[in-house]
Formats: sequence, C-alpha cells, structure tokens
Amino acid sequence: MDKDIKDIFVKRRWNKIFFFSVLAAFTIGSIIVTNFDLTRGFASFFKAVMWSVTNFYPDAEAMKRLPDILIKLRETILLAVASTTLAAVAAFAFALLGSNTTKVNNFFSLVSRGVASVSRNIPDAVWAMILLFSFGQSALTGYFALFFVTFGFLCRTFTETIDEVSGSSVEALQATGADYFHIVSHAVIPSSLPQMLSWILYMIETNIRSATLIGMLTGTGIGFSFGIFYKTMNYSAASLVVIVVVVAILIIESMSNYVRRVIL
Amino acid sequence: MDLLIVKNLAKKYDTGTIALSDINFSVLEGEFISIIGPSGAGKSTLLRCINRMIEVSSGEILVDGINVSKLNKKELRNLRTRIGMIFQHYNLVNRLSVIENVLHGRLGYKSTISGIIGNYTEEEKTWAMNIIHLLGLDEQVYKRCDQLSGGQKQRVGIARALIQNPKILLCDEPIASLDPNAAKIIMDYLRKINKEMGITCLVNLHQVNVALAYSDRVIGIKKGNIVYDGLPANITSEQIHDIYGSEAGDLIFDVGGSHG
Amino acid sequence: MSMEQVLKGTGSKYKYYNTSKKINIRPLNKVSLIMNATLISLAVLTVYGFMTFDYKNISIVEALAQTFYNLRIMFFEPHLKYFTLGEAFYQLAVTLGLAFLTTIIGAVISVFLGLFSAENLSSRKVSHIIKNFVAVIRAVPTVLWVLIFAVAAGLGSVAAVIGMTFHSVGYLVKAYSESFEEIDHGVIEALKASGANWWQIVFQAVIPSSITYMLSWTFMRFEINFAVAVAMGAVAGAGGLGFELFMASGHYFDLREVGMITYFILITAFVLEAISTKLKLRLKESV
Repeated sequence: MDKDIKDIFVKRRWNKIFFFSVLAAFTIGSIIVTNFDLTRGFASFFKAVMWSVTNFYPDAEAMKRLPDILIKLRETILLAVASTTLAAVAAFAFALLGSNTTKVNNFFSLVSRGVASVSRNIPDAVWAMILLFSFGQSALTGYFALFFVTFGFLCRTFTETIDEVSGSSVEALQATGADYFHIVSHAVIPSSLPQMLSWILYMIETNIRSATLIGMLTGTGIGFSFGIFYKTMNYSAASLVVIVVVVAILIIESMSNYVRRVIL
Repeated sequence: MDLLIVKNLAKKYDTGTIALSDINFSVLEGEFISIIGPSGAGKSTLLRCINRMIEVSSGEILVDGINVSKLNKKELRNLRTRIGMIFQHYNLVNRLSVIENVLHGRLGYKSTISGIIGNYTEEEKTWAMNIIHLLGLDEQVYKRCDQLSGGQKQRVGIARALIQNPKILLCDEPIASLDPNAAKIIMDYLRKINKEMGITCLVNLHQVNVALAYSDRVIGIKKGNIVYDGLPANITSEQIHDIYGSEAGDLIFDVGGSHG
Repeated sequence: MSMEQVLKGTGSKYKYYNTSKKINIRPLNKVSLIMNATLISLAVLTVYGFMTFDYKNISIVEALAQTFYNLRIMFFEPHLKYFTLGEAFYQLAVTLGLAFLTTIIGAVISVFLGLFSAENLSSRKVSHIIKNFVAVIRAVPTVLWVLIFAVAAGLGSVAAVIGMTFHSVGYLVKAYSESFEEIDHGVIEALKASGANWWQIVFQAVIPSSITYMLSWTFMRFEINFAVAVAMGAVAGAGGLGFELFMASGHYFDLREVGMITYFILITAFVLEAISTKLKLRLKESV
C-alpha cells in the first residue's frame, strides 16, 4: 500500500518534470530559431518604456492633425462594421447548411464546413496580401480581407450556436408540419439571435484592431496614418493615433458589454 | 373506422440496433392508449415512426387510410398538421412568449411568406387565447417560456398541439420530467381533451400506475416487440414484470387499487 | 365540447375573447428593444459605410472574378522561386518560434496577474485595477505595440515578441482569472481553515483544479499568436513566413509563390485548430 502511494507521487513528479523539460526545449529552440536575444529583450523593454514616457505623447503640433485622424478612424470603424455585418449574413446562410439540425443534405453540409474552415484559417493579413493582386491598394482590399476571415469564423460559431440552442424546438415544429423556412424564422432565429449578435459585436471589436493592421498593408484608414507618421518619425502624431484608437475601442467595448448584459 | 393502422412495422438503425420488430396494432378514433415499457424498448421510436420523424425500415403505417411512407414532402407536412406531438422536454422556443409558441402550431397551415413573417389572423390569435384559457395559462400569456415551471411548459406544448386541431395526439413521455402534482395536472388535461373533444391519444409512459389509471387500453413493449395489448384491468403483475424484466416487488407501483 | 367549440370560444364553460381590439402577440420589452436597436444601428452603419468608401474606380464584380481566378492559380500552381523548400520550413519554424515565445512568456506573466485579479483570491480593488489595466492593453492593436517597441529595440524578433506578448497577457489574464473564479469556494475555505498560506493554496488547490482550462485557453492563444506572428512578419519586420509572403506579394508580385506560402500557413493553422478542438473536447468531458 505504501509503495502504491509513493508510486503515484513519483509518477506525478516525473510527469511534471517531463512536461517542463519539453516546454524548456521548445523555448530554447524558439529562441535560437528566432534570434531572440533575451538580454537585449530586457534591456530594450526598459529603454522603450523610458522612451515612451518621455517622447511618446501628443504635442500641440500633433493635435492639429486630430480632425484628419478622426476622419481616418471613422473610415476604419465603418470598414470593420460593414465587413462584419455582411459576413454575418453570409455566415448565417452557410451555417444553416452546415449545422446538423438544419442541414439540407450532407454534401452541402461538408462543403459549407470546408469553405468556412479554409476561410478562417487564412489570417487576415494573408488575405489582404492575396487581394492586393486583384484589388490593389484600396479600401475594398481591406474590406474583403476582413469579410473572408469573419465569414469563416462566424460560420463555425453560428453552426455551434444553432446546434446547441435550437435543436429541440426544430424537432417540435417539424412535427407540426411547418416548412423549412417557417422553422428557421420561428425556432432557429429567435433562439440563436442573442448569441449570434454577441459574436457579431465581438468580431466588430476584433476587426477594428485588424483593420488598423490591414490599413498599413492597403494604404487606407487609420493604419495608414500611423504608418506614415511612424516612418517619418513623427512620434507625437503617432501617439495621438494610438490614443484615439484606444479610446474608440474602449467606448465600443463598453457599449457591446451593455448590449450583451441585456440580451443574453 | 380505424384512425391508425400499424402493420408489420420494423425499424433497424444503421448501427445495427433493432429498435422495433413486427409491430401490429390499430387504433380507433377516440381511444386513449398508453404505451408502457422500459427505456430503450422502442416506445419513442414507435411514436416517431407514426408521423415519420423517423423513417421505417419495413412495414406500413396508415393514418386515416393514408400510407405515411408514400407521401412526398408537401403531403407529409399536410399530414403532420393533423397529428399533434408533445415532448418530454417540452421543445419550446424558450425566448419567445407563451402565445407565440402556441401560435407556432398554425404554421403548417400557412403559406411560406405569411408564416415567415408571423402574420397570424385575428381568428388564429383568438383561438390561441381560448386554448390558453382552457389550459389555465391566462396569467402567463406574455411571459417568456423559460420563466415557466415544468408543468406550465408542458401545458404550452399541449396548447401548441391543440391549435392544430389534430385528430390524434402523440405524447412522448409527457410527464417524465415533472413532479407528481404537475404530472397529475397534465394527465388530467390529456384525459379531458380525449373525452370531451374526442381527440385520440397515444401516450408513452414509464409509470405503470399512471398508465393503468388513465387509459382505455394499454400496449406493453419489450425490446421492440408488443407483449401486451388489451385493457388495463386485465394486465397481471407477471405480465408487467415480464415487460420490465424485474422480480415482483422491485417496481414502485401498486396494480390493485389504482384503476379508474 | 368539441374542438370547434374550444377554438371559437363558444360553449357554456367558455370565455369568449372580444375581437374588436387587435390582439398583440409581442408586447414591447427591454430585450427586444435593445436587440432591434442594435440590429438597426448596424444596418445603418453598414449602409453609411458603403456610401463613403473610396472605390477608386474599381469594378467590384471584375475584381472579385479576378480574385477567384487568382485563387485558382495560387492553389493549383504553387511554386517557390525566391527561396527553397528547406528555407520555407525554416521560416515556418521561425514563425512558430515567435508564436511560442510570446505565448509562454504571456502565460507565465498571466498566471501571476490572473491570480491577483481573481476576485476570490485577492481584494476587489486590486482585481478591478488589474482587469481595467488589462482591458486598456487589449485596446491597443498588437501591431501598434510592436512598432512602439521597435523604436527602442529595432525591427526584429525582440520587438515582435514583446509587442505580441501584450495581447497574450491581455487575453490570458481574462481567461485564467475567470477559471480561477469558478473554483468551489469551499475548497479554498477548507485549506484556509487548516492554516495553509495563500501561495500554498494557490499551488496545491487552485492551479491543479483549473489546469485543463488553462492549458486549453493557452493553446488557443498559441493558435491565434501564430496568425499574429505571420502578420507581424509582414508588417513589422519580424521575419518568418509573414515576411516572405510580404516580399512575394509586394515586391516580386509572384502569385504562385504567394500560393505556396499560403499552403504552409493554411496547413499549419489546420493542424493547430485540430489539436485545439481536441483539447476543448477533452475539457468538456472532464468537467
């Protein structure tokens, strides 16, 4: 008996040692492969903090640019919202085809899941670079990049929501003789809408951040502004951009949290 | 005239499990039949074969003379409007109100467009209110269904089935999730619907005493086969134990004093 | 009483509804009001957005057609012209390395911050301060963090890892503190009563109970960090596949190379997603 108890602890210790050694190995490997200089890392962290406290804030000169920055911000936010909403509509349609509860047949279900899977596993920056070939440097490039990624992601979450929430009421309505569209509009949509709306708000917040990044690649929106200020070393203007973005995101986040509290 | 005829019904799932074999029985209009048997005996499968929520492997089901397996999608939906179904877990749209859930029973009668936008006629809405009143849910008309008790939810389920003006009501373990008080209320309503409105009732139950107390006829199913089909008064303890595969005294029920 | 009598409301025991007033089946309530308001606002913003985009004379239909044509070339005729297959795997390792480093550093920091921000393990005030601090960190897009640090550290893996770690910490602190808060209060109470100190309670009870949750969330963050590392390679000079992709697309204009690199990224992402889904299932089962 004592031997058994001792064995469990020994085994657990070995498990822990094994786990941590594997982690350590990967960490060391990553450091080598990425040329990550640890000491330089720490040093520059402090250096960066010092620099930002002394240099990285908006001055009067930068404040003059505020109106332009706000216009660019509006462009970015509208881009994020418009791409998310249309992607959500498309994702809902595909989710109906892909979910086990509402699928029309197995072939379309697989096709729908496959398309969504490819769409969401290609990062947004990659989509943007692919789309540069056909759309060039314009707002549309960013729009469709966000659209495809959001579509793929929402399709999967909507499918999960539909299966989770509406399965039983779909069965009941089928038994009353209602047709497919009745079932969708009276059982699927009312039960899934709150969760879907919550995911849509989440994706809008995520997309505003992504739109900043994509703006640098596609020359639009607030990412573009930041890129220009950064390259010309106009750090105080750049810091103004950061502040504006942070405030906007925090406001939008608190609005969505309110909505979520009410509807869920 | 036989409302429902089941001939040589068999159901085998793709996994190889045989759920039902050689089921034969018929039902007259106005009967109240309880189907008893242990879990997994095939009661749910049987009920769902009748309105073709599950496809049969072989055999025939005739509802009002119509062969259920031969119907196309539209005809099947039409047939289902005349068959009401209530479920163990109520299967309501929880976020919607009682009256909206009740009106869902009319969707099978409406065209696609008016159904989608929820354009119910004043007449249908009045019917809904009357049925809600019949089932004692006046206070709950506008409440969201997830705010109701189990017994109230099941009454909403019954109301949804009733507004279809059905000929037959299929009840899959309607009281399995309810406490004894609520269960009695539901069974009393089912009996009232059966006796006063003449709607045929097929009720799956695993509580034998309830089945014996409320039905005109009892069908016992064991491992996919019918082992008893007759009056509640005539079933013996041995037969009940045969169905449930247990020794005398193991089951919590009382055969003798609970008839009628 | 027949069904007709019930429906029509006739018959002696019957209450007959007066149909002179229309019956409202969906009276107004707060939830439906807010939902509808939100939906309408989103629709309005979408339309407004479309009205104000700068289309630069691009025909959407043509460009979309071109896109699908390009996708076909990319996926069916990929090649590597500017670097070898071996180098491609090396760059993949670099990107994975960046993602791994930021995840692990983020995880370690988040364990401690998460413990301090869990309401059942520390004071309300501290918890709120940390949670708000972390929310602000999350509000700054990762690319901006990386570029800010690049001013001091130069463009490269150091700035990238540090920059990405901010969001790793941001999300993992939220995830970890939520799982710590889920712990049965009784367990903590029992250990406190027996005289264990805070750190002992943490390492012997809190962390072991939440470990599966934490692993699952951490791996999900790793998955996201891989995509982020690709993006940082493209935009912030972090190297790896993202950088190669940026070169192939913006400098060499080589669709087929873009396709090959995309395959690498896509397949890696698939594998990571599959592992993550399995971990999530294991988590659901163990609960």
